[in-house]
Amino acid sequence: MASAEVYPASEPARWKYLDNIRTRAGPLTNPDIFDGQVVAQNMENMKILVIGAGGLGCEILKNLALSGFKDIHVIDMDTIDISNLNRQFLFRQSDVGSFKAEVAARFVERRVKGVKITPYNCKIQDFDEDFYMQFQLVVCGLDSIEARRWINAMLVNMVDEEAVDSYKPLIDGGTEGFKGQARVIFPTVTSCIECQLDMHAPRAAVPLCTLASIPRQPEHCIEWAHVIAWDKEKPFPKLDNDDPEHITWLYQKALTRAQEFKISGVTYSLTQGVVKNIIPAIAATNSVIAAACCNEAFKIASNCAPCLGMPGENNYMMYSGNDSIYTYTFQHEKKDDCPVCGNLARELVIENPEWTLRELVDSFAVRPEAQLKKPSIRSESKTLYMQSPASLEEQTRPNLDKTLKELGLTDGQEIGVTDPAFATVSFKFKLKFKQAAA
Amino acid sequence: MLKIWSMKKEQQKAENAEGAAGGKKKKVTAAQLRVQKDLSELSLGNTMKTEFPDPDDILSFILYVEPDEGMYKDGKFSFTFNITPSFPHEPPKVQCREKIYHPNIDLEGKVCLNILREDWKPVLNLNAVIVGLQFLFLEPNASDPLNKEAAEDLRANREGFKRNVKISMSGGTVKGETFDDVRRPR
Repeated sequence: MASAEVYPASEPARWKYLDNIRTRAGPLTNPDIFDGQVVAQNMENMKILVIGAGGLGCEILKNLALSGFKDIHVIDMDTIDISNLNRQFLFRQSDVGSFKAEVAARFVERRVKGVKITPYNCKIQDFDEDFYMQFQLVVCGLDSIEARRWINAMLVNMVDEEAVDSYKPLIDGGTEGFKGQARVIFPTVTSCIECQLDMHAPRAAVPLCTLASIPRQPEHCIEWAHVIAWDKEKPFPKLDNDDPEHITWLYQKALTRAQEFKISGVTYSLTQGVVKNIIPAIAATNSVIAAACCNEAFKIASNCAPCLGMPGENNYMMYSGNDSIYTYTFQHEKKDDCPVCGNLARELVIENPEWTLRELVDSFAVRPEAQLKKPSIRSESKTLYMQSPASLEEQTRPNLDKTLKELGLTDGQEIGVTDPAFATVSFKFKLKFKQAAA
Repeated sequence: MLKIWSMKKEQQKAENAEGAAGGKKKKVTAAQLRVQKDLSELSLGNTMKTEFPDPDDILSFILYVEPDEGMYKDGKFSFTFNITPSFPHEPPKVQCREKIYHPNIDLEGKVCLNILREDWKPVLNLNAVIVGLQFLFLEPNASDPLNKEAAEDLRANREGFKRNVKISMSGGTVKGETFDDVRRPR
């Protein structure tokens, strides 16, 4: 109640310092693009999508709401588990079992007046391009590489070079224990998540022979108990990671083995961690990374300072709190052979718009950029010619004698071309019709 | 925010000399391109055939399987394939159109094949799926049943199971269930 009196309806005090940054040019603002008069309005009109309402997501939602974003959308398919409550601070014990997106949205709306948060309790894969097209900015706080790759491919494929609005900057945060990263991706402009996939080294699996013969670390002893001893002795019909009796059995086995090899450090909680593959989530790391992500979102939206990800500039910030605090920011370069952003449509000059499809098909064999002997060709909505399977070949064969124009192919049309001789690649071309003799 | 796009536009203009004519053109999606590639690499042999009700929609089609050996020899089975835009991150949805007596295919046509669910990986392709389906007819698997009665039958008495398959394939009744006639005309 008291706070309502301190901050009246419009809560000017709450936004005072934010508005100082939004309305005033500073040493880092670019005078060409910064306009202090419109920043607040622009941010209010901006639709921003947050993916994930977990450890990072809670922080991100809170930060964005307090940064002046007013129209926030959040997707998370998960429900709240009791073990989330230590760090996912928008959730209370009574929320256990409810959807994270829903509860987080309501909580932040209650605490920050004037912000609208729209929750979606589902998977990101449930939505299509039209859904993602409505946002101006996407911020990810995910724990799954698979989901990151999916949204990355979606945003890269949405890019239409003719439409500036189809470029959606992606800000991605990630944490693992005391380490984390924040990066900004401008689809097709900077390196993408797929280009950067090797930055997520999977946790090295220990060779089975090491476990079986020469353990060196307490984890090796636990893995041995888990993978080898359990299967041999089968103390219980099926291993249940949540059953303390089962974990105790593994712990005792691992401890005995560790003593045999004079290895110290096997504890009950380490056993539990190794078996359940738990990387402890640390609230402080989440808040550091979420702050970095939201800082980038704010800079992109307001132009108050240069953001990560400008062409030729740094786009990746890594953070480590393992030994004191260390951060390093660098430019991760785009990969030319990236399966997502490296396979963009190349231009294909059509010498004569009166060509038949057969002439186009035959031309692929001699084009130096293609050299495809058995190309199959489709546009987004039409199967033009497929070499196989037989039934489809038969159905599309009549198209061969039609002209490109008759088939509805016009300048700027994108086509996909595949050839079984190139098992790993497919080509995308954008047709460019040469003007009839001008 | 706008600056970066204007830079990108200028960069493209320089590359393309001049921008293409307006009008938004739909792009070939990753799923479509992948399915196109998978289809052009299918090896159907002479026991399988495809049918595309709408040749422009390659994400849904019918696969016919006509086993030339094994217990289901001389039958003709068809499966609908529905592929989502998330392919290949998600496996294709496959369903048998006939009611058949098979330990790994239930009476609704749901198919139990590991690579259609838990073991699906984006590196697998449509060819792997059709090979898997064909294999189900050559080697029905009693240890992973969807139709428990059929699996039990196969486990308990292989010869009896074979006879029941024959009866079911000609539209007969097995254990109180009447099945579809799937014999192919000779």
